[in-house]
Amino acid sequence: MNRFDYVRADSVDAAIRAAAGDPAARYIAGGTNLVDLMKYGVERPSLLVDITQLPLRGIEETSDGGLRLGALAGNSEVAFDARVRERYPLLSSAILAGASQQLRNAATTGGNLLQRTRCYYFYDVATPCNKREPGSGCSAIGGRTRIHAILGASDACIATHPSDMCVALAALDATVRVAGRDGERAIPFGEFHRLPGDAPERDNNLEQGEIILSVDLPPDRFGPHHTYIKLRDRLSYAFALVSVAAALRLENGAIAEARLALGGVAHRPWRKPDVEASLTGEKPGRAAFERAAAELLAGARGQGDNDFKIDLARRAIIRALGQAAAGKPQSQSHKRLEP
Amino acid sequence: MRASSTDLPATIEISLSVNGRRHRLSVRPWDTLLDVLRDTLDLTGTKKGCDQGQCGACTVLVDGARINSCLALAVMKDGAEVTTVEGLAKDGELHPIQRAFITHDAFQCGYCTPGQICSAVALIAEGHAGTREEIREMMSGNLCRCGAYANIIDAIEQVMGEQAKGGARGASRPDERTAR
Repeated sequence: MNRFDYVRADSVDAAIRAAAGDPAARYIAGGTNLVDLMKYGVERPSLLVDITQLPLRGIEETSDGGLRLGALAGNSEVAFDARVRERYPLLSSAILAGASQQLRNAATTGGNLLQRTRCYYFYDVATPCNKREPGSGCSAIGGRTRIHAILGASDACIATHPSDMCVALAALDATVRVAGRDGERAIPFGEFHRLPGDAPERDNNLEQGEIILSVDLPPDRFGPHHTYIKLRDRLSYAFALVSVAAALRLENGAIAEARLALGGVAHRPWRKPDVEASLTGEKPGRAAFERAAAELLAGARGQGDNDFKIDLARRAIIRALGQAAAGKPQSQSHKRLEP
Repeated sequence: MRASSTDLPATIEISLSVNGRRHRLSVRPWDTLLDVLRDTLDLTGTKKGCDQGQCGACTVLVDGARINSCLALAVMKDGAEVTTVEGLAKDGELHPIQRAFITHDAFQCGYCTPGQICSAVALIAEGHAGTREEIREMMSGNLCRCGAYANIIDAIEQVMGEQAKGGARGASRPDERTAR
Protein backbone atom coordinates (compact mmCIF):
# COMPACT_ATOMS: atom_id res chain seq x y z
CA MET A 1 0.00 0.00 0.00
CA ASN A 2 1.15 3.55 -0.66
CA ARG A 3 1.65 5.93 2.28
CA PHE A 4 -1.24 8.28 2.96
CA ASP A 5 -2.66 10.67 5.50
CA TYR A 6 -5.65 9.74 7.59
CA VAL A 7 -8.36 11.85 9.18
CA ARG A 8 -11.46 10.78 11.05
CA ALA A 9 -14.36 13.04 10.13
CA ASP A 10 -16.74 14.01 12.93
CA SER A 11 -19.37 15.62 10.70
CA VAL A 12 -20.53 15.38 7.09
CA ASP A 13 -19.40 18.96 6.50
CA ALA A 14 -15.95 18.23 7.91
CA ALA A 15 -15.68 15.14 5.68
CA ILE A 16 -16.60 17.14 2.58
CA ARG A 17 -14.15 19.92 3.51
CA ALA A 18 -11.38 17.38 3.98
CA ALA A 19 -11.99 15.58 0.68
CA ALA A 20 -13.30 18.22 -1.67
CA GLY A 21 -10.04 20.08 -2.29
CA ASP A 22 -7.95 17.03 -3.14
CA PRO A 23 -8.79 14.83 -6.13
CA ALA A 24 -6.58 12.06 -4.68
CA ALA A 25 -8.48 11.97 -1.36
CA ARG A 26 -10.88 9.08 -0.78
CA TYR A 27 -13.65 8.46 1.70
CA ILE A 28 -13.35 5.14 3.49
CA ALA A 29 -16.00 3.18 5.40
CA GLY A 30 -16.06 -0.63 5.01
CA GLY A 31 -12.88 -0.56 2.98
CA THR A 32 -13.65 -3.94 1.41
CA ASN A 33 -12.92 -2.70 -2.08
CA LEU A 34 -10.74 0.36 -1.49
CA VAL A 35 -8.16 -1.39 0.72
CA ASP A 36 -8.05 -4.25 -1.76
CA LEU A 37 -7.41 -1.81 -4.63
CA MET A 38 -4.75 -0.03 -2.59
CA LYS A 39 -2.93 -3.30 -2.07
CA TYR A 40 -2.86 -3.81 -5.85
CA GLY A 41 -1.65 -0.22 -6.36
CA VAL A 42 -4.76 0.57 -8.40
CA GLU A 43 -5.87 3.19 -5.88
CA ARG A 44 -3.12 5.39 -4.40
CA PRO A 45 -4.95 7.93 -2.26
CA SER A 46 -3.13 10.87 -0.72
CA LEU A 47 -5.62 11.03 2.13
CA LEU A 48 -8.24 8.70 3.58
CA VAL A 49 -11.20 10.41 5.21
CA ASP A 50 -12.71 7.92 7.64
CA ILE A 51 -16.47 8.48 7.59
CA THR A 52 -17.47 5.62 9.88
CA GLN A 53 -18.23 7.97 12.79
CA LEU A 54 -20.79 9.98 10.81
CA PRO A 55 -24.47 9.62 11.78
CA LEU A 56 -25.44 7.82 8.56
CA ARG A 57 -25.94 4.34 9.97
CA GLY A 58 -29.69 4.18 10.43
CA ILE A 59 -32.46 2.48 8.47
CA GLU A 60 -35.51 4.71 8.79
CA GLU A 61 -39.08 5.03 7.55
CA THR A 62 -39.66 7.88 5.10
CA SER A 63 -42.79 10.06 5.09
CA ASP A 64 -44.05 8.54 1.82
CA GLY A 65 -44.01 5.00 3.22
CA GLY A 66 -40.62 4.06 1.84
CA LEU A 67 -37.41 3.22 3.62
CA ARG A 68 -34.20 5.24 3.93
CA LEU A 69 -30.98 3.21 4.08
CA GLY A 70 -28.20 5.25 5.67
CA ALA A 71 -25.00 5.26 3.62
CA LEU A 72 -23.20 3.48 6.47
CA ALA A 73 -25.87 0.82 7.06
CA GLY A 74 -24.00 -2.46 6.62
CA ASN A 75 -24.84 -4.83 3.79
CA SER A 76 -25.63 -7.62 6.30
CA GLU A 77 -27.66 -5.29 8.43
CA VAL A 78 -29.78 -4.22 5.45
CA ALA A 79 -30.16 -7.77 4.11
CA PHE A 80 -31.45 -9.07 7.46
CA ASP A 81 -33.44 -6.00 8.51
CA ALA A 82 -37.00 -7.13 9.22
CA ARG A 83 -38.52 -4.21 7.27
CA VAL A 84 -36.28 -4.85 4.26
CA ARG A 85 -37.09 -8.57 4.25
CA GLU A 86 -40.79 -7.89 4.59
CA ARG A 87 -41.13 -5.02 2.11
CA TYR A 88 -38.07 -5.27 -0.16
CA PRO A 89 -37.22 -8.97 -0.28
CA LEU A 90 -35.72 -8.44 -3.75
CA LEU A 91 -33.08 -6.19 -2.20
CA SER A 92 -32.38 -8.60 0.65
CA SER A 93 -32.00 -11.45 -1.83
CA ALA A 94 -29.65 -9.55 -4.13
CA ILE A 95 -27.41 -8.50 -1.24
CA LEU A 96 -27.19 -12.09 0.01
CA ALA A 97 -26.29 -13.25 -3.51
CA GLY A 98 -23.14 -11.16 -3.35
CA ALA A 99 -19.78 -11.52 -1.62
CA SER A 100 -19.42 -13.46 1.66
CA GLN A 101 -20.84 -12.89 5.12
CA GLN A 102 -17.48 -11.44 6.25
CA LEU A 103 -17.48 -8.90 3.43
CA ARG A 104 -21.17 -8.08 3.86
CA ASN A 105 -20.53 -7.43 7.56
CA ALA A 106 -17.88 -4.84 6.74
CA ALA A 107 -19.33 -3.37 3.54
CA THR A 108 -21.73 -0.44 3.62
CA THR A 109 -24.68 0.69 1.50
CA GLY A 110 -22.86 3.71 0.07
CA GLY A 111 -19.69 1.73 -0.53
CA ASN A 112 -21.56 -0.94 -2.44
CA LEU A 113 -22.61 1.70 -4.99
CA LEU A 114 -19.00 2.85 -5.33
CA GLN A 115 -17.35 -0.54 -5.92
CA ARG A 116 -15.08 -0.54 -8.90
CA THR A 117 -15.13 -3.03 -11.74
CA ARG A 118 -13.48 -6.43 -11.33
CA CYS A 119 -12.04 -6.29 -14.86
CA TYR A 120 -8.75 -8.23 -14.69
CA TYR A 121 -6.91 -5.52 -16.61
CA PHE A 122 -8.18 -2.73 -14.36
CA TYR A 123 -6.64 -4.64 -11.44
CA ASP A 124 -3.38 -5.40 -13.25
CA VAL A 125 -1.28 -2.23 -13.08
CA ALA A 126 1.17 -3.69 -15.60
CA THR A 127 -1.41 -3.37 -18.40
CA PRO A 128 -2.95 -0.30 -20.05
CA CYS A 129 -6.46 0.56 -18.83
CA ASN A 130 -8.47 3.66 -19.68
CA LYS A 131 -10.41 3.43 -16.44
CA ARG A 132 -7.28 3.31 -14.30
CA GLU A 133 -5.14 5.56 -16.49
CA PRO A 134 -7.20 7.64 -18.91
CA GLY A 135 -5.87 7.54 -22.44
CA SER A 136 -3.64 4.52 -21.93
CA GLY A 137 -5.89 2.14 -23.90
CA CYS A 138 -8.11 -0.86 -23.14
CA SER A 139 -6.39 -4.21 -22.67
CA ALA A 140 -9.68 -6.07 -22.31
CA ILE A 141 -10.74 -5.42 -25.90
CA GLY A 142 -9.11 -8.27 -27.78
CA GLY A 143 -8.06 -9.87 -24.50
CA ARG A 144 -9.79 -12.25 -22.10
CA THR A 145 -13.38 -11.09 -21.99
CA ARG A 146 -15.39 -13.77 -20.16
CA ILE A 147 -16.62 -11.31 -17.51
CA HIS A 148 -17.01 -8.26 -19.73
CA ALA A 149 -19.89 -6.17 -21.04
CA ILE A 150 -22.30 -7.10 -23.81
CA LEU A 151 -24.31 -3.89 -23.58
CA GLY A 152 -23.46 -0.18 -23.49
CA ALA A 153 -19.72 -0.69 -23.90
CA SER A 154 -17.48 1.70 -25.80
CA ASP A 155 -14.21 1.56 -27.72
CA ALA A 156 -12.55 2.86 -24.56
CA CYS A 157 -13.90 0.38 -22.01
CA ILE A 158 -15.89 -2.85 -21.80
CA ALA A 159 -15.90 -3.20 -18.00
CA THR A 160 -18.97 -4.19 -15.99
CA HIS A 161 -20.25 -2.94 -12.65
CA PRO A 162 -19.86 -5.81 -10.16
CA SER A 163 -22.64 -5.10 -7.64
CA ASP A 164 -25.65 -7.34 -7.03
CA MET A 165 -27.29 -4.91 -4.61
CA CYS A 166 -27.27 -2.16 -7.23
CA VAL A 167 -29.19 -4.31 -9.70
CA ALA A 168 -32.01 -4.61 -7.18
CA LEU A 169 -31.81 -0.91 -6.29
CA ALA A 170 -32.11 -0.06 -9.99
CA ALA A 171 -35.17 -2.28 -10.35
CA LEU A 172 -36.71 -0.77 -7.21
CA ASP A 173 -36.28 2.81 -8.48
CA ALA A 174 -34.21 3.90 -5.50
CA THR A 175 -32.91 7.45 -5.08
CA VAL A 176 -29.37 8.30 -3.97
CA ARG A 177 -29.16 11.30 -1.65
CA VAL A 178 -25.75 12.98 -1.72
CA ALA A 179 -24.10 16.05 -0.21
CA GLY A 180 -21.25 18.17 -1.51
CA ARG A 181 -19.82 21.66 -1.27
CA ASP A 182 -22.95 23.07 -2.91
CA GLY A 183 -25.41 21.33 -0.61
CA GLU A 184 -27.56 18.25 -1.03
CA ARG A 185 -29.11 16.70 -4.12
CA ALA A 186 -31.05 13.57 -4.98
CA ILE A 187 -29.97 11.37 -7.89
CA PRO A 188 -32.42 8.82 -9.38
CA PHE A 189 -30.69 5.43 -9.26
CA GLY A 190 -30.74 5.07 -13.04
CA GLU A 191 -28.71 8.27 -13.35
CA PHE A 192 -26.17 7.46 -10.66
CA HIS A 193 -23.86 5.11 -12.56
CA ARG A 194 -22.55 5.95 -16.02
CA LEU A 195 -21.83 4.17 -19.24
CA PRO A 196 -18.11 4.29 -20.09
CA GLY A 197 -18.31 6.40 -23.29
CA ASP A 198 -15.00 8.20 -23.67
CA ALA A 199 -14.57 8.81 -19.92
CA PRO A 200 -14.49 5.32 -18.35
CA GLU A 201 -12.47 6.67 -15.42
CA ARG A 202 -15.78 8.02 -14.13
CA ASP A 203 -17.93 5.19 -12.78
CA ASN A 204 -20.72 7.47 -11.61
CA ASN A 205 -21.99 11.04 -11.64
CA LEU A 206 -20.74 12.10 -8.22
CA GLU A 207 -18.72 15.31 -8.22
CA GLN A 208 -15.36 15.58 -6.48
CA GLY A 209 -15.91 15.51 -2.72
CA GLU A 210 -19.57 14.53 -2.88
CA ILE A 211 -20.59 11.98 -0.27
CA ILE A 212 -23.54 9.57 -0.27
CA LEU A 213 -25.92 10.22 2.64
CA SER A 214 -28.56 7.57 2.00
CA VAL A 215 -30.28 5.37 -0.52
CA ASP A 216 -34.03 5.89 -0.39
CA LEU A 217 -36.53 3.24 -1.41
CA PRO A 218 -40.03 4.16 -2.59
CA PRO A 219 -42.97 2.24 -1.06
CA ASP A 220 -43.05 -1.44 -2.00
CA ARG A 221 -45.48 -2.41 -4.74
CA PHE A 222 -44.54 -5.92 -5.78
CA GLY A 223 -45.30 -8.14 -2.80
CA PRO A 224 -44.05 -11.68 -3.45
CA HIS A 225 -43.71 -11.16 -7.22
CA HIS A 226 -39.97 -10.66 -7.49
CA THR A 227 -36.77 -12.63 -7.93
CA TYR A 228 -33.02 -12.23 -8.18
CA ILE A 229 -31.24 -14.80 -10.30
CA LYS A 230 -27.45 -14.74 -10.32
CA LEU A 231 -25.42 -16.92 -12.67
CA ARG A 232 -21.69 -17.27 -12.06
CA ASP A 233 -18.68 -19.56 -12.32
CA ARG A 234 -19.04 -20.84 -8.73
CA LEU A 235 -22.26 -21.41 -6.80
CA SER A 236 -21.30 -18.82 -4.20
CA TYR A 237 -18.78 -16.06 -3.59
CA ALA A 238 -18.22 -15.13 -7.22
CA PHE A 239 -19.22 -12.14 -9.29
CA ALA A 240 -22.16 -12.42 -11.66
CA LEU A 241 -21.64 -13.38 -15.27
CA VAL A 242 -25.29 -12.48 -15.69
CA SER A 243 -27.86 -11.55 -13.07
CA VAL A 244 -31.49 -10.52 -13.32
CA ALA A 245 -33.68 -8.61 -10.90
CA ALA A 246 -37.35 -8.87 -11.83
CA ALA A 247 -40.46 -7.55 -10.11
CA LEU A 248 -44.07 -7.57 -11.28
CA ARG A 249 -47.30 -6.08 -10.01
CA LEU A 250 -50.21 -8.17 -11.16
CA GLU A 251 -53.85 -7.09 -11.40
CA ASN A 252 -56.62 -9.43 -12.53
CA GLY A 253 -54.13 -11.83 -14.01
CA ALA A 254 -52.37 -9.20 -16.11
CA ILE A 255 -49.12 -7.30 -15.61
CA ALA A 256 -49.89 -3.86 -14.17
CA GLU A 257 -46.24 -2.89 -13.71
CA ALA A 258 -42.91 -4.55 -14.47
CA ARG A 259 -39.32 -3.94 -13.45
CA LEU A 260 -36.39 -5.67 -15.05
CA ALA A 261 -32.69 -4.99 -14.48
CA LEU A 262 -29.57 -6.91 -15.47
CA GLY A 263 -26.23 -7.18 -13.69
CA GLY A 264 -22.87 -8.37 -14.98
CA VAL A 265 -23.56 -7.21 -18.54
CA ALA A 266 -22.80 -3.47 -18.59
CA HIS A 267 -20.98 -0.60 -16.92
CA ARG A 268 -24.11 -0.01 -14.84
CA PRO A 269 -27.23 -2.01 -13.97
CA TRP A 270 -29.01 -2.41 -17.31
CA ARG A 271 -32.62 -1.29 -17.37
CA LYS A 272 -34.93 0.01 -20.09
CA PRO A 273 -38.17 1.60 -18.86
CA ASP A 274 -39.78 1.29 -22.32
CA VAL A 275 -39.34 -2.49 -22.23
CA GLU A 276 -40.99 -2.58 -18.82
CA ALA A 277 -43.82 -0.36 -20.09
CA SER A 278 -44.40 -2.70 -23.02
CA LEU A 279 -45.09 -5.54 -20.56
CA THR A 280 -47.92 -3.57 -18.97
CA GLY A 281 -51.31 -5.06 -19.79
CA GLU A 282 -49.78 -8.32 -21.02
CA LYS A 283 -50.69 -11.72 -19.63
CA PRO A 284 -47.64 -13.09 -17.83
CA GLY A 285 -46.34 -15.91 -20.00
CA ARG A 286 -43.59 -17.18 -22.21
CA ALA A 287 -44.51 -15.07 -25.24
CA ALA A 288 -44.44 -11.78 -23.37
CA PHE A 289 -41.27 -12.73 -21.48
CA GLU A 290 -39.41 -13.74 -24.65
CA ARG A 291 -40.29 -10.47 -26.29
CA ALA A 292 -39.16 -8.47 -23.23
CA ALA A 293 -35.86 -10.38 -23.17
CA ALA A 294 -35.24 -9.67 -26.84
CA GLU A 295 -36.02 -5.98 -26.38
CA LEU A 296 -33.87 -5.57 -23.26
CA LEU A 297 -30.96 -7.26 -25.03
CA ALA A 298 -31.38 -5.37 -28.30
CA GLY A 299 -27.97 -4.32 -29.60
CA ALA A 300 -26.09 -6.74 -27.35
CA ARG A 301 -22.65 -7.53 -28.70
CA GLY A 302 -20.17 -10.09 -27.44
CA GLN A 303 -16.40 -9.62 -27.31
CA GLY A 304 -15.55 -13.23 -28.09
CA ASP A 305 -15.11 -15.02 -24.76
CA ASN A 306 -18.35 -13.54 -23.46
CA ASP A 307 -20.59 -14.19 -26.48
CA PHE A 308 -22.37 -16.81 -24.37
CA LYS A 309 -23.69 -14.08 -22.09
CA ILE A 310 -26.23 -12.91 -24.66
CA ASP A 311 -28.12 -16.20 -24.75
CA LEU A 312 -27.52 -16.78 -21.03
CA ALA A 313 -29.07 -13.38 -20.26
CA ARG A 314 -32.02 -14.07 -22.56
CA ARG A 315 -32.80 -17.34 -20.82
CA ALA A 316 -32.23 -15.85 -17.36
CA ILE A 317 -34.65 -12.99 -18.07
CA ILE A 318 -37.39 -15.40 -19.18
CA ARG A 319 -36.77 -17.58 -16.11
CA ALA A 320 -36.76 -14.59 -13.77
CA LEU A 321 -40.00 -13.15 -15.12
CA GLY A 322 -41.57 -16.58 -14.73
CA GLN A 323 -40.45 -16.82 -11.10
CA ALA A 324 -41.68 -13.30 -10.39
CA ALA A 325 -45.07 -14.00 -11.97
CA ALA A 326 -45.42 -17.20 -9.94
CA GLY A 327 -44.36 -15.42 -6.74
CA LYS A 328 -41.57 -17.98 -6.33
CA PRO A 329 -38.33 -16.05 -5.85
CA GLN A 330 -35.02 -17.82 -6.30
CA SER A 331 -33.45 -19.00 -3.03
CA GLN A 332 -29.89 -17.74 -2.53
CA SER A 333 -28.86 -20.80 -0.52
CA HIS A 334 -30.70 -23.67 -2.22
CA LYS A 335 -29.15 -23.19 -5.61
CA ARG A 336 -31.29 -25.28 -7.91
CA LEU A 337 -33.02 -22.87 -10.27
CA GLU A 338 -36.76 -22.86 -9.79
CA PRO A 339 -38.54 -23.48 -13.09
CA MET B 1 0.54 19.19 -1.07
CA ARG B 2 0.41 16.30 1.37
CA ALA B 3 2.89 14.09 3.09
CA SER B 4 4.96 12.25 0.53
CA SER B 5 6.13 8.69 1.02
CA THR B 6 9.35 9.92 2.62
CA ASP B 7 7.54 12.27 4.98
CA LEU B 8 5.53 9.74 6.91
CA PRO B 9 2.64 10.87 9.03
CA ALA B 10 3.00 10.24 12.73
CA THR B 11 1.65 7.01 14.13
CA ILE B 12 -1.77 7.12 15.71
CA GLU B 13 -2.65 5.89 19.19
CA ILE B 14 -5.50 3.43 19.33
CA SER B 15 -7.03 1.20 21.94
CA LEU B 16 -7.95 -2.35 21.03
CA SER B 17 -9.41 -5.07 23.21
CA VAL B 18 -8.20 -8.43 21.95
CA ASN B 19 -9.52 -11.63 23.49
CA GLY B 20 -10.56 -9.66 26.58
CA ARG B 21 -7.24 -7.86 27.05
CA ARG B 22 -7.00 -4.15 26.37
CA HIS B 23 -4.00 -2.84 24.45
CA ARG B 24 -2.77 0.70 23.76
CA LEU B 25 -1.13 0.60 20.36
CA SER B 26 0.65 2.99 18.03
CA VAL B 27 -0.33 2.20 14.46
CA ARG B 28 0.42 3.66 11.08
CA PRO B 29 -2.64 4.47 8.91
CA TRP B 30 -1.83 1.65 6.48
CA ASP B 31 -1.39 -1.08 9.08
CA THR B 32 -4.11 -3.67 8.66
CA LEU B 33 -5.79 -5.25 11.66
CA LEU B 34 -4.35 -8.57 10.45
CA ASP B 35 -0.76 -7.30 10.54
CA VAL B 36 -1.24 -5.67 13.95
CA LEU B 37 -2.64 -8.90 15.40
CA ARG B 38 0.14 -11.03 13.97
CA ASP B 39 3.18 -8.76 14.05
CA THR B 40 2.54 -6.38 16.95
CA LEU B 41 0.54 -8.59 19.31
CA ASP B 42 2.15 -11.84 18.18
CA LEU B 43 -1.23 -13.52 17.79
CA THR B 44 -0.25 -15.61 14.81
CA GLY B 45 -3.27 -17.90 14.97
CA THR B 46 -5.01 -15.59 12.50
CA LYS B 47 -3.56 -16.43 9.10
CA LYS B 48 -2.57 -14.31 6.15
CA GLY B 49 -3.75 -16.21 3.09
CA CYS B 50 -4.46 -14.08 0.03
CA ASP B 51 -4.28 -10.73 1.87
CA GLN B 52 -6.94 -9.48 -0.56
CA GLY B 53 -10.23 -10.43 1.03
CA GLN B 54 -10.76 -13.51 -1.12
CA CYS B 55 -9.91 -16.51 1.05
CA GLY B 56 -11.18 -15.86 4.61
CA ALA B 57 -8.07 -17.22 6.38
CA CYS B 58 -7.81 -13.92 8.26
CA THR B 59 -11.39 -14.01 9.61
CA VAL B 60 -11.74 -12.59 13.14
CA LEU B 61 -14.67 -11.27 15.14
CA VAL B 62 -14.83 -7.49 15.58
CA ASP B 63 -17.53 -6.35 18.00
CA GLY B 64 -19.08 -9.76 17.46
CA ALA B 65 -19.17 -9.65 13.66
CA ARG B 66 -16.88 -11.76 11.49
CA ILE B 67 -14.80 -9.75 9.04
CA ASN B 68 -11.70 -10.18 6.89
CA SER B 69 -8.97 -8.60 9.04
CA CYS B 70 -6.74 -8.14 5.97
CA LEU B 71 -9.15 -5.53 4.60
CA ALA B 72 -9.58 -3.64 7.89
CA LEU B 73 -7.26 -0.77 8.73
CA ALA B 74 -6.33 -1.03 12.41
CA VAL B 75 -6.65 2.72 12.87
CA MET B 76 -10.36 2.45 11.98
CA LYS B 77 -10.98 -0.17 14.68
CA ASP B 78 -10.02 2.12 17.58
CA GLY B 79 -12.00 1.01 20.65
CA ALA B 80 -13.17 -2.27 19.10
CA GLU B 81 -13.41 -5.67 20.81
CA VAL B 82 -11.61 -8.29 18.74
CA THR B 83 -11.79 -12.05 19.17
CA THR B 84 -9.26 -14.23 17.40
CA VAL B 85 -8.98 -18.01 17.35
CA GLU B 86 -6.72 -17.74 20.42
CA GLY B 87 -9.62 -16.25 22.39
CA LEU B 88 -12.21 -18.98 21.81
CA ALA B 89 -11.10 -21.58 24.36
CA LYS B 90 -12.20 -20.80 27.93
CA ASP B 91 -10.33 -22.00 31.03
CA GLY B 92 -8.42 -24.60 29.06
CA GLU B 93 -11.61 -25.96 27.48
CA LEU B 94 -11.80 -25.85 23.70
CA HIS B 95 -14.77 -24.07 22.17
CA PRO B 96 -17.41 -26.60 21.00
CA ILE B 97 -16.61 -25.70 17.39
CA GLN B 98 -12.93 -26.42 17.96
CA ARG B 99 -13.78 -29.80 19.49
CA ALA B 100 -16.13 -30.59 16.62
CA PHE B 101 -13.42 -29.75 14.04
CA ILE B 102 -11.20 -32.35 15.70
CA THR B 103 -13.99 -34.93 15.98
CA HIS B 104 -14.92 -34.54 12.31
CA ASP B 105 -11.36 -34.24 10.96
CA ALA B 106 -12.39 -30.90 9.47
CA PHE B 107 -8.94 -29.89 8.30
CA GLN B 108 -5.88 -31.22 6.57
CA CYS B 109 -3.06 -28.67 6.34
CA GLY B 110 -4.80 -26.43 8.87
CA TYR B 111 -3.95 -23.08 7.33
CA CYS B 112 -7.54 -22.02 6.72
CA THR B 113 -8.73 -23.55 10.00
CA PRO B 114 -8.52 -20.54 12.37
CA GLY B 115 -10.55 -18.52 9.85
CA GLN B 116 -13.00 -21.39 9.36
CA ILE B 117 -13.45 -21.73 13.12
CA CYS B 118 -13.97 -18.02 13.77
CA SER B 119 -16.38 -17.90 10.84
CA ALA B 120 -18.30 -20.93 12.12
CA VAL B 121 -18.60 -19.46 15.63
CA ALA B 122 -20.05 -16.28 14.14
CA LEU B 123 -22.34 -18.21 11.79
CA ILE B 124 -23.96 -19.99 14.72
CA ALA B 125 -24.36 -16.75 16.69
CA GLU B 126 -25.90 -15.01 13.67
CA GLY B 127 -28.61 -17.64 13.47
CA HIS B 128 -29.29 -17.26 9.74
CA ALA B 129 -28.32 -20.79 8.74
CA GLY B 130 -30.35 -23.89 9.50
CA THR B 131 -29.95 -26.35 6.65
CA ARG B 132 -26.72 -27.78 5.23
CA GLU B 133 -27.19 -25.65 2.12
CA GLU B 134 -27.50 -22.54 4.25
CA ILE B 135 -24.37 -23.43 6.21
CA ARG B 136 -22.47 -23.93 2.94
CA GLU B 137 -23.69 -20.60 1.63
CA MET B 138 -22.88 -18.71 4.82
CA MET B 139 -19.41 -20.31 4.98
CA SER B 140 -18.56 -19.56 1.35
CA GLY B 141 -16.18 -16.77 2.34
CA ASN B 142 -13.76 -19.34 3.78
CA LEU B 143 -11.84 -21.28 1.18
CA CYS B 144 -10.14 -24.59 1.99
CA ARG B 145 -7.69 -25.69 -0.67
CA CYS B 146 -7.40 -29.15 0.91
CA GLY B 147 -11.10 -29.55 0.30
CA ALA B 148 -12.24 -30.39 3.84
CA TYR B 149 -15.57 -28.70 3.19
CA ALA B 150 -17.78 -31.74 3.79
CA ASN B 151 -16.24 -32.34 7.22
CA ILE B 152 -16.36 -28.65 8.09
CA ILE B 153 -20.10 -28.63 7.41
CA ASP B 154 -20.48 -31.81 9.50
CA ALA B 155 -18.68 -30.15 12.42
CA ILE B 156 -20.82 -27.03 12.27
CA GLU B 157 -24.02 -29.04 11.89
CA GLN B 158 -23.17 -31.09 14.96
CA VAL B 159 -22.59 -28.03 17.15
CA MET B 160 -25.73 -26.35 15.85
CA GLY B 161 -27.67 -29.48 16.68
CA GLU B 162 -26.22 -29.70 20.20
CA GLN B 163 -26.96 -26.05 20.89
CA ALA B 164 -30.51 -26.32 19.56
CA LYS B 165 -31.06 -29.12 22.08
CA GLY B 166 -29.04 -27.75 24.99
CA GLY B 167 -29.44 -24.01 24.45
CA ALA B 168 -25.73 -23.52 25.05
CA ARG B 169 -23.85 -20.32 24.20
CA GLY B 170 -24.46 -18.82 20.81
CA ALA B 171 -27.71 -20.71 20.29
CA SER B 172 -29.36 -19.78 17.03
CA ARG B 173 -32.26 -17.39 16.96
CA PRO B 174 -34.92 -18.86 14.69
CA ASP B 175 -36.75 -15.51 14.50
CA GLU B 176 -33.84 -14.11 12.53
CA ARG B 177 -33.67 -16.90 9.99
CA THR B 178 -33.41 -15.86 6.38
CA ALA B 179 -36.74 -15.43 4.67
CA ARG B 180 -37.17 -17.65 1.64
